[in-house]
Amino acid sequence: MEPSTLVWLLPVPPLLAFFLIILLTNRSKTLSHILGIGATSLSFIGSMVIVFLAIRSGHLGEDPFTSVLNWFPTGDTWFQIGVWVDPLTVGTLFFVAITILVIFIYSVGYQNFGQPKGDHDQPGLPPHGATIEDELGHKHRVPSIEPMYSRFFAFLSLFAFGMYVLVVSSNLLTLFVGWEIMGLCSYLLIGFWYAKPSARAAAIKAFLTTRVGDVIMLLGLAYLYTLAGSLSYDVIFSEETLHLLTSTNAPIFGVSAAVVIGLFLFFGTVGKSAQFPLHVWLPDAMEGPTPVSAMIHAATMVSAGVYLVIRVFPIISAGMHHGEPTLTMNVMAIIGAFTGLFAATIAVAQNDIKRVLAYSTISQLGYMIAAIGIGAYVAAAFHLFTHSFFKALLFLGSGSVIHGVEHGIFHTGEDIDPQDMLNLGGLRKKMPFTFWTFLIGGLALSGFPFLTAGFWSKDEILADAFAHANWPVLIVLAFAALLTAFYTMRQITLTFLGKSRTESAEHAVESKWTMTLPLVLLAVFAIVAGWPGIPGDFPLIGGFIPNFVHEFVGETLAEHPETITFNWIPLLISLAVSLGGLALGWWVYRDIPAGAPDPLEKPLGPIYKLLKNKYYFDELYDYIFVRPSYWVSRTFTYLWLDRKIIDGFLHLISRITFSLGGIFRNYIDKPIINGFGDFVGESVKWIGRSGRFIQTGLVQQYMVMALIIAFGTLFYYLFFLSQP
Amino acid sequence: MISLSYFLVFAAALFCIGLYGVLARKNAIAILMGIELMLNAVVINLIAFWRFRSPEMIAGQAFGVIVFAVAAAEVAVGLALFIAIFRRRNTIAADEIDLLKW
Repeated sequence: MEPSTLVWLLPVPPLLAFFLIILLTNRSKTLSHILGIGATSLSFIGSMVIVFLAIRSGHLGEDPFTSVLNWFPTGDTWFQIGVWVDPLTVGTLFFVAITILVIFIYSVGYQNFGQPKGDHDQPGLPPHGATIEDELGHKHRVPSIEPMYSRFFAFLSLFAFGMYVLVVSSNLLTLFVGWEIMGLCSYLLIGFWYAKPSARAAAIKAFLTTRVGDVIMLLGLAYLYTLAGSLSYDVIFSEETLHLLTSTNAPIFGVSAAVVIGLFLFFGTVGKSAQFPLHVWLPDAMEGPTPVSAMIHAATMVSAGVYLVIRVFPIISAGMHHGEPTLTMNVMAIIGAFTGLFAATIAVAQNDIKRVLAYSTISQLGYMIAAIGIGAYVAAAFHLFTHSFFKALLFLGSGSVIHGVEHGIFHTGEDIDPQDMLNLGGLRKKMPFTFWTFLIGGLALSGFPFLTAGFWSKDEILADAFAHANWPVLIVLAFAALLTAFYTMRQITLTFLGKSRTESAEHAVESKWTMTLPLVLLAVFAIVAGWPGIPGDFPLIGGFIPNFVHEFVGETLAEHPETITFNWIPLLISLAVSLGGLALGWWVYRDIPAGAPDPLEKPLGPIYKLLKNKYYFDELYDYIFVRPSYWVSRTFTYLWLDRKIIDGFLHLISRITFSLGGIFRNYIDKPIINGFGDFVGESVKWIGRSGRFIQTGLVQQYMVMALIIAFGTLFYYLFFLSQP
Repeated sequence: MISLSYFLVFAAALFCIGLYGVLARKNAIAILMGIELMLNAVVINLIAFWRFRSPEMIAGQAFGVIVFAVAAAEVAVGLALFIAIFRRRNTIAADEIDLLKW
């Protein structure tokens, strides 16, 4: 089989699984998850075959696996869709296939498969737990199975389909299709527990916020299509098209078309990857079940945004002279670096274990965007790959923590929030698997030197920033890295180290193997995923493993990006911020007694409050966008436009019609039509009444009448007609 | 030889007698008898015209025979009806049989 044929098949199993679960097996929880996991396993195996073939093929950059189909005619040409596997796709496919599969497996445990039905669980609400009685007659509260278990797997499968479509697409239109399918699934899954008002609000917020980016992205695609006449990668990234784009002046802003298209596409990423100023939806998206947070908001969907800008890097960087970044790249560097730092500062003051991770995701995505902005193409792709492993790991780990503590809550009956880190503590002994894997993920996120994947990818971004002499970006990113290490250690310390701050945390238990196995798998990748990217000239350990990522992913671009030479300064910065942040985080939070406030609350004062409230962005947007929208829709649209103008017009028409009908009735229908009908009836009646006296029933009178008529006729005939 | 007009006058007289019987008698059987007279007058007319106008054709005689046959059948039906009426109403006076009216 041709490799490209196999690539076509990659998205198919999850789609089939989605329809089979929705239509046929939705009553059987076991069948549903077998279908979901089976489908993703098939896609996983296919992806790994593709990855293997791709690495063996050697010149994938110049000669990608591709095949096209004619989709619909556009004038005298066809719009073509197809698959396209170049080194960037291979790298993305690798982490997407793995994370999707492990998240499916993890979901089985997280949604409490094998547990009894809840006492009063309802669809649309998280399971509340069930009461079981053991053989001694003791009653226990245990977790109960998710009521909409099958639906969950169906949505996850559809989501996986969207991601595979996006990754293997050969053009930006089918990429956009996959992008929007994921947007829909994100909405459905964030609002999975739809009976919770907060989940509903979060789902709507996520959908509308990303929609802002998507619309602008679609405009970018439309503009690109009008200029290039195609959206296929091989056409739009060709020399001629890029030259055309840079030499065309856009009708607005007085810049080249390449800049406008680049910025518009980038704005799609801003929405999808939750960059400032559209970052507000991602933290709220934590309302969904934790596997969803891991899948959508760490490994796949938000990565898709970064994947897009890496993919269209030729357009973004079109017109670059002698390493001078383009306007698009400058904007990206500014937004990316700003988001990186901005989200990191918020994460410092969050107490919800998942929200910290959400802000750290925003921050890390900002890193990647900034890396693209300074032209560090390979570094951005590399960080994308590694980040998705350790961030999925961290999210799944946090889900495992929540699960374990919920066990404790069932035991103690306390009324506490299992996601609030100030309620946790001391879980190291209770949940060893979760602790060690979470630790590995956390260290990878903070860039713990030499061992973890995060160090190598983050270090490469810093090294790139240094090599391009982009000091503001370097400083901002370094500071963000310091904060990242700090809040990660804060999270680990508060959650796992020290003493338990509540009874429930004291009684937490380790999760089942379906949840810990994915953690272990991801932990392995959180370490080794960085090794293929160790720079060749790194002191001592460089060169043992060839710098595979740079060689391989760099091939995607027409011009092979040059390898940056090793320099001690970014390495030292990277070491200092990660170790310093980790140490500081541990030192500040090592001993927090139960009920104590955050130790930063006092020294930081109002700044802490500002961070705690996320710079009041939600409130700001509420004032700027939400309330005016409500006002406009109520006062203008509803009361004025709808009730007054449209309703008034309709009422007027109805009144006119009504009176017109009255006129017709009184002057036409009643006198003329009815009158004629009545007249006919009355006349017939009158004639009958006046003629009926001749019907005597006496046969002889009839005979007389017949005789008279006969004689009359005869006389008439003889005297008037037959005159000669 | 007796001319045609004698026959026609005789037939007209016979027709008028029959007509008078039909209109003036109350008894339904008498009415039927009147009808037979009228019918016979017509047959005499027919035969007379045949004899004086085209004696070489057999059609006139044949017509006469068929009219007799039909008249006999008609009388049979009529009498049957009167018997039926008589059984029901115990009368066959024509002015009492006046149900067929408004």
